[in-house]
Amino acid sequence: MTMEDTTETQWDEDGRLEVLTFDLQAEKFAVEAVLVREILDLLPETVVPGADRLVASVANFRGKIIPIADLRLAFGLPSAESTMDSRIVVVELDVDGVPTQIGIRTDKVHEVATLHRDASETPPTVGLRWRRDFIRELVRTPQGVIVLANIARIFDPLLGGRATPAVLAPALL
Amino acid sequence: MSQNDPVAAFRVEAGEVLEQVEQGLLDLGHRLDDHELIDAVFRGLHTLKGSGAMFGFDALASFTHHCETAFDRVRKNLTPATPQLIAVILSAQDHMRALIEGDATDRKAEGDAILAKLQAALDGAPAPTPEAPPVLQGWRLSLRLPPEAMQNGINPLALLDELRTLGDCRIVVRTDQVPPLAELVPTECHVGWDIEVRGAVSRDDLEDVLIFVLDDLDLQIEAIGDTSCDDVEDAAPPPGAGTTPSALPPARVDTMPPAQDRDPATTPNGRGAPKTGESVRVPAERLDLLMDRVGELVIVQSRLSQLAHSSGSNATDVALRSISEEIERLASELRDTVMVLRMVPVATLFGRFRRLVHDIARDTGKTIELSTDGETTEVDKTVIERLADPLIHLIRNACDHGIEPPEGRLAAGKPEVGQVRLSARQEGGEVVITIRDDGHGIDRERVRAKAEAHGLLQPGQVVSDQELLQMIFHPGFSTAPQITSLSGRGVGMDVVKRTIESLRGTIEVASVSGQGSAMSLRIPLTLAIIDGLLIRVGDGRYVIPLAVVEECIELSLEEDLRSRGRSFITLRDRLVPFVRLREMFATGTKPSVHQKIVIIATGTERVGLVVDQIIGSHQTVIKPMSAVHCNVPTFAGATILGDGGVALILDVVQLVALGQHQEERLRAVA
Repeated sequence: MTMEDTTETQWDEDGRLEVLTFDLQAEKFAVEAVLVREILDLLPETVVPGADRLVASVANFRGKIIPIADLRLAFGLPSAESTMDSRIVVVELDVDGVPTQIGIRTDKVHEVATLHRDASETPPTVGLRWRRDFIRELVRTPQGVIVLANIARIFDPLLGGRATPAVLAPALL
Repeated sequence: MSQNDPVAAFRVEAGEVLEQVEQGLLDLGHRLDDHELIDAVFRGLHTLKGSGAMFGFDALASFTHHCETAFDRVRKNLTPATPQLIAVILSAQDHMRALIEGDATDRKAEGDAILAKLQAALDGAPAPTPEAPPVLQGWRLSLRLPPEAMQNGINPLALLDELRTLGDCRIVVRTDQVPPLAELVPTECHVGWDIEVRGAVSRDDLEDVLIFVLDDLDLQIEAIGDTSCDDVEDAAPPPGAGTTPSALPPARVDTMPPAQDRDPATTPNGRGAPKTGESVRVPAERLDLLMDRVGELVIVQSRLSQLAHSSGSNATDVALRSISEEIERLASELRDTVMVLRMVPVATLFGRFRRLVHDIARDTGKTIELSTDGETTEVDKTVIERLADPLIHLIRNACDHGIEPPEGRLAAGKPEVGQVRLSARQEGGEVVITIRDDGHGIDRERVRAKAEAHGLLQPGQVVSDQELLQMIFHPGFSTAPQITSLSGRGVGMDVVKRTIESLRGTIEVASVSGQGSAMSLRIPLTLAIIDGLLIRVGDGRYVIPLAVVEECIELSLEEDLRSRGRSFITLRDRLVPFVRLREMFATGTKPSVHQKIVIIATGTERVGLVVDQIIGSHQTVIKPMSAVHCNVPTFAGATILGDGGVALILDVVQLVALGQHQEERLRAVA
């Protein structure tokens, strides 16, 4: 994965990137803040029989039907019950020019943080139990390592390789 | 499209005028001496020239001018209408269309080439009919403009001046309707005129001057020189003789000439303003927006009704229920009204195919006649828009592959002229559009050979006739031995099928070898809201479009157990396969004690769906599934229920196909 990957938002000229950090199990993940549209309490979900397990259900997000994704499956984490802190992070991808929203179920949402390029590393080729292309970068912070997920890449197989991040001004951050 | 942009408005209007002219020309091809058509075409061209110049489309105006001049000669009987001339003007239409789109550069040469051909067509025509021009002494006109004429930008003085140029003119003002000073409105036109025009002036010349105000005019016109009544009739065809009722009826042109209905596009652009209360042009997006709002209203309404029905029995609750019912009725009426607004007759679609068939016939050297019926059948406009391409493709196929060349037809003992019939009719919640040709039909042997070559069928595999015919919709499938410029590359039929299915429609193929084929498209009337049957399977709620539901029957526990091995029920002496949705959706729940079978049908195929519970009917606002779920074929969309939850809408076509598949597998085993 090179830095010029089109599925990624670039670091700014000072080598910084705004992200939203959240928990899945004990791991701390991050997505580019520009992709995030909204953070919601859990919604009543409807299972879609026959759908990929990654996006096994849909929910009503302001009159729109959006898929709800469980990234645990992408990262091979065991599934877990939702808690008081569980939230849905709505991200937006661009599929053939059509903005497509996806809700990501998280165990806890932390904050919008600024990551520094100097502290980041591309994922190592060995010693990783996750699919390498689902991870954009690993970033060291005083609180531990944050996994910067490559959201477009994760959903790409479901969208037939047509997804690009919808990098608009974030609506609510 | 912005309502306020005059240029955009002109483009829309001009497009319509062109369409009318094109229809006129195509009709004229069959009835070369129909004066009514000639006049209609001429007026269309005239309007186009006039309004084109007005909105700065100079290239269009000057090009159209030549065509108009040519047609003027036809109209005045100086040149007969010939097929060549009509062909040239038809090709000129395409050029005009390009000019209207604003693409005037680089097109000069093209335009000149057409004009050269036009000249050739005129020169090639037989010499003008040597008709002794009747000796005319002149005309007596009595005209009165509508009161608001001047507000609409009509300048009566300019009109009179123009009439004066025709010949010796005597104009007398009629002041009998001028009101008393106190009631006089200075911006209105209160006077009328009696005019005598003397000299060799034809009725057409008068018409030309008045063409823009003709529709609003109170006009009486009579020839001077009553002794030579016959001569007059030669020059100006008499009333009722099928000549020009819209152009200039002799007695009196009322505010709404009868021909206006047929020929709305010839309304002079922006001058004789259309009467209020007839129709309003509304941008399509606004209708879409309205539909969205109604959709939301329907959802909120069903929430309200759920709340009302779960409430108690004190006075407030009873009042709430009655209000909820009232709102339910209103919402459903509003929904129906908005749906009707979006309905467009298929005539708008069928109109464009005449040109298509005309062009194909010319390119292939075949003689093909397109006939249509059921044009008044109405379909949702979004459906119409998306139907155009598949229909073009199917018509091309019918003309190109279906209809044989003239020699072939004669050899087969058929009339030389091939028939393509396009018909539309409504059937329940669906509209059925059929394209039927009387060509040689689909060669099943060849389809089979092709299918085997593509590995779609095993040699010797038994398939139903319909299944075999449906093979033509596979990608890359073409049975045409030769590829022509029109079709036969095997791209397209699969796209046709996909498009129709995306409209929740189906295609049925029928074909009799040697006698022709028929393709029937069944399309739901609307895409936005449907009546649905809300059901429960396990913990999930689903919607089945009510239009396909035939009946619901009980599946008793005993019968359920008994039918474990074979999923069939006998329904009025017919075996109907059924699918247990609970198993299909792997709900992992126990079957309900009172399972039901919902029998659904598309066309002649039926399948039963076993559900746990039938909740009731539900006004279903269809929302598309997200792109990440586009590979889940069982669902056509989703809807939002009264409690804010989501119910998935079953894709009936897929389920029926599944049931059929199951049936055939079982038959093969038996």
